Amino acid sequence: MKVLMFGWEFPPHITGGLGTACFGLTKGLLHQGVEVIFVVPKAYGDENQDAVRLVNASDVSIDMRNSIYKDYWENISYIEVGSNLIPYASPEEFYNILNHTQLRGSENYESVLSKSYEFSGKYGQNLMEEVQRYALVASTLAANNNFDVIHAHDWLTYPAGIAAKKVSNKPLIIHVHATEFDRSGENINQNVYDIERFGMENADIIIAVSNLTRNIIIERYGISPEKVITVHNAVEPSSRSDFHFEEKHVREKIVTFLGRITFQKGPDYFVEAAYKILQKDPNVRFVMAGSGDMLNKMIRRVAQLRISNKFHFTGFLDGENVDRMFSMSDVYVMPSVSEPFGISPLEAMRSNVPVVISKQSGVSEVLKYALKIDFWDIDAMSDAIYGLLHYDALSRMFIKYGKTEVDNMKWDNSAKLVKEVYIKVLS
Amino acid sequence: MRSICFYFQVHQPFRLRSYRFFDIGKNHDYFDEFQNRYIARRVADKCYIPTNQLMYELIKEYGSKFKISYSISGTALDQFEKYTPDVIESFRRLADTGCVEFLAETYTHSLAALKSKEEFVTQVNAQKQKIESLFGVSPKTFRNTELIYSDTIGEMVAEMGFNTMLTEGAKHILGWKSPNFMYCNAINPKLKLLLKNFQLSDDIAFRFSQQSWESWPLTSEKFVNWINEIDQQQQVINLFMDYETFGEHQWKETGIFDFMRALPARVFSHSNFSFNTPSELTAALQPISAIHVPHPISWADEERDLTAWLGNDLQDEAFDAIYAIEHKVKATNNFDLIAEWRYLQTSDHFYYMCTKWFSDGDVHKYFNPYGSPYEAFINYMNVLSDFTIKVDNLYYHIDETKNINKPAERHKKQSINKINTKNISKNENTKIKPTVFSLNAITHLSDNQIKKLIKTIGFEQFVIALKGAKKDVRNKIINVLSISNQKVIKEFNYETVLKEEVEKSKKQIIKELKKINPI
Repeated sequence: MKVLMFGWEFPPHITGGLGTACFGLTKGLLHQGVEVIFVVPKAYGDENQDAVRLVNASDVSIDMRNSIYKDYWENISYIEVGSNLIPYASPEEFYNILNHTQLRGSENYESVLSKSYEFSGKYGQNLMEEVQRYALVASTLAANNNFDVIHAHDWLTYPAGIAAKKVSNKPLIIHVHATEFDRSGENINQNVYDIERFGMENADIIIAVSNLTRNIIIERYGISPEKVITVHNAVEPSSRSDFHFEEKHVREKIVTFLGRITFQKGPDYFVEAAYKILQKDPNVRFVMAGSGDMLNKMIRRVAQLRISNKFHFTGFLDGENVDRMFSMSDVYVMPSVSEPFGISPLEAMRSNVPVVISKQSGVSEVLKYALKIDFWDIDAMSDAIYGLLHYDALSRMFIKYGKTEVDNMKWDNSAKLVKEVYIKVLS
Repeated sequence: MRSICFYFQVHQPFRLRSYRFFDIGKNHDYFDEFQNRYIARRVADKCYIPTNQLMYELIKEYGSKFKISYSISGTALDQFEKYTPDVIESFRRLADTGCVEFLAETYTHSLAALKSKEEFVTQVNAQKQKIESLFGVSPKTFRNTELIYSDTIGEMVAEMGFNTMLTEGAKHILGWKSPNFMYCNAINPKLKLLLKNFQLSDDIAFRFSQQSWESWPLTSEKFVNWINEIDQQQQVINLFMDYETFGEHQWKETGIFDFMRALPARVFSHSNFSFNTPSELTAALQPISAIHVPHPISWADEERDLTAWLGNDLQDEAFDAIYAIEHKVKATNNFDLIAEWRYLQTSDHFYYMCTKWFSDGDVHKYFNPYGSPYEAFINYMNVLSDFTIKVDNLYYHIDETKNINKPAERHKKQSINKINTKNISKNENTKIKPTVFSLNAITHLSDNQIKKLIKTIGFEQFVIALKGAKKDVRNKIINVLSISNQKVIKEFNYETVLKEEVEKSKKQIIKELKKINPI
């Protein structure tokens, strides 16, 4: 079985959970005997291609068919499609991130219909243009490749999936990692919503990463429930033998929040809980790792509460420093207001850190060994954190069984379910 | 006599290095050695060395007619000693002319006056000593960090023995009054006040190279014309500015050095002004009135208040945090630690956290090594977190040693007690008659003797006396008793019994015991 898969990012060039999830899934599919051609807007050349053939959309030239594709297939076992898609962010946020990282991509201002188009592969200013161009590339790729099903991840690739379906008449599966309601609350971007809805309506089957997301798809987008299937995400087993263990240099226990500091991640509830705990027990340090539009507000709040000697900000952390952070942490907290899935608690548990997660996260549907609280219930959150910090039996149990639990959440299992979806849609 | 009083502020902070959360508890280097060295050298070459040379030449040319004053922060002097000793040399040369007055300030250019009187006094004295040891002169005039002043700060300064203080001629304080007179403190009139003429000072310090300014370019002729327009009654024009105005804020190319070089000649030839130091003015002028400053003023920004350093949540938190550990830091008596703590008090750290971006944003940005006030805050608090750990370790170590001493004594006493009891038990074993009877002697009685004793004393009294008695004594007695009485003795609530009663009963028993003399 062969899948033409459209994504927007692929490790190591990721901005959120989407790229990681795509990588895990494709690897799992490979183990299930499914071949994947993975198309990204822009490939950098250093992506891990063990499991997939990566297609760079920027390299796909639309008019010069035969000659270019010959060279193409011979020389590149990996195709890239340049573009701008952050999984769980809105276009406005993409723009901010882009500005922030100064990654403008190419300054190539040809129109969408020119011969070649350099995708930036980011979530940038020309996002909508890139989405459309990506769809164009998709139809070209669909006409020139053999495959059985089309699989598109998140709204940025839905137009591409639909285009590929039109050209090839093959079934389309769309995979919803997040909806516009997760990204923007109630103030949705209508364009994005329309694209999402159009994609869902045109899909043969929709995969949701959690029941939470599935319900949103059914209720908010009016999709018939039979069409929507939940396949939970998993986590890559920690393969690194050189796992970096950072020795802790402070006496206090460390409670960590790690993620984008934006409204839907609930950082403000974490700050308030920290304040409550510090009133009781000064021997705790809280760390907020990451950046985002609410960072400055959080810093001000922490200063206002007079707890900044025990509440630290690290800014954005890269992969190695994330590991360092986890290895120093005693409790990990994910107080998300709305989280379609949420892979980070699994990464924490994998690193032997007990977790407190909000009930408003998809991952809470599958985790047993995690303390689950309502994001707004600061008292319950403080209680859970305090308990894990002070009652060793509790944290020992969570660490021990949590690790086993996470180790059993394999992408292979998720991929098996996805493969079943393929088979169902083909029959 | 009409005077121009020049005072130049020389200050460099010890800038912090980029200090991340991961460094806390691990890395105890806080200061950016490279940057501090680089900036000290750069400013020395662009400003301090050439400007000192210019001032020296002017003094040589006009003799004692040309006089100026400096306030050099301790942190700046520390950096000069470390990185640019030639700057110290050139200031020394100026000091030797006798035409230069050095002012006193806080050692680390801190805001201690607003928070801790004890720390403020210590820092001022340290700064005075530093000046004395380097330049051989003792400061008589005081200027506080950033010209921060209020009635109570003035009172404190007067108490410390200074007779003059410099501050800002802030509009909202002066109202219709002119800054060009000698004023005095509202609480203690003995403290004279010289107020900065911010109009004329800022013409040089800020507007000199501003081409959009209507008076650009500023020449000595123009400047002297302006001061000549000032009413003849007005006695003194205080031109207070950062020394870095020369060559650093206003580049050499703007002509700032040429302006300064030409100014004294023009003043002498075209006006009746002379140049004087603050001390000379104190001796010559009487205050015309007290000035009321209930809330602190400063020379910064449009508001001339404290909002450049304090007021937003970040600044207040950081400021409170650094002084919250004052007691512990000092208690350690650790010289290095105290020195670091003082460097962390430097006002610049709080200035970087300022969130006022509008009127004076540019000035703030120019001096700010951080991308945003938030970054400045995070970095500072990370450093302070590590520093606090360091302090706590030393501080509680001291306490521990104290506690160790105490338990050690207790331990000794306990062992003495042990020896004593051993002796006693030996005595008992060898049946040597104890000189003092206690209830323990009951163990030597026969059952009948005990029964008799209980009868004479009375059962209730007897039970009361057993409060805190040894287990073997109790057991011995319980063996003799009926089951119901055993129950009474086991369930007796001793909490309700008064101490006196216990003692009284014990005495009675011991009296009886002596009669029986069982041993």
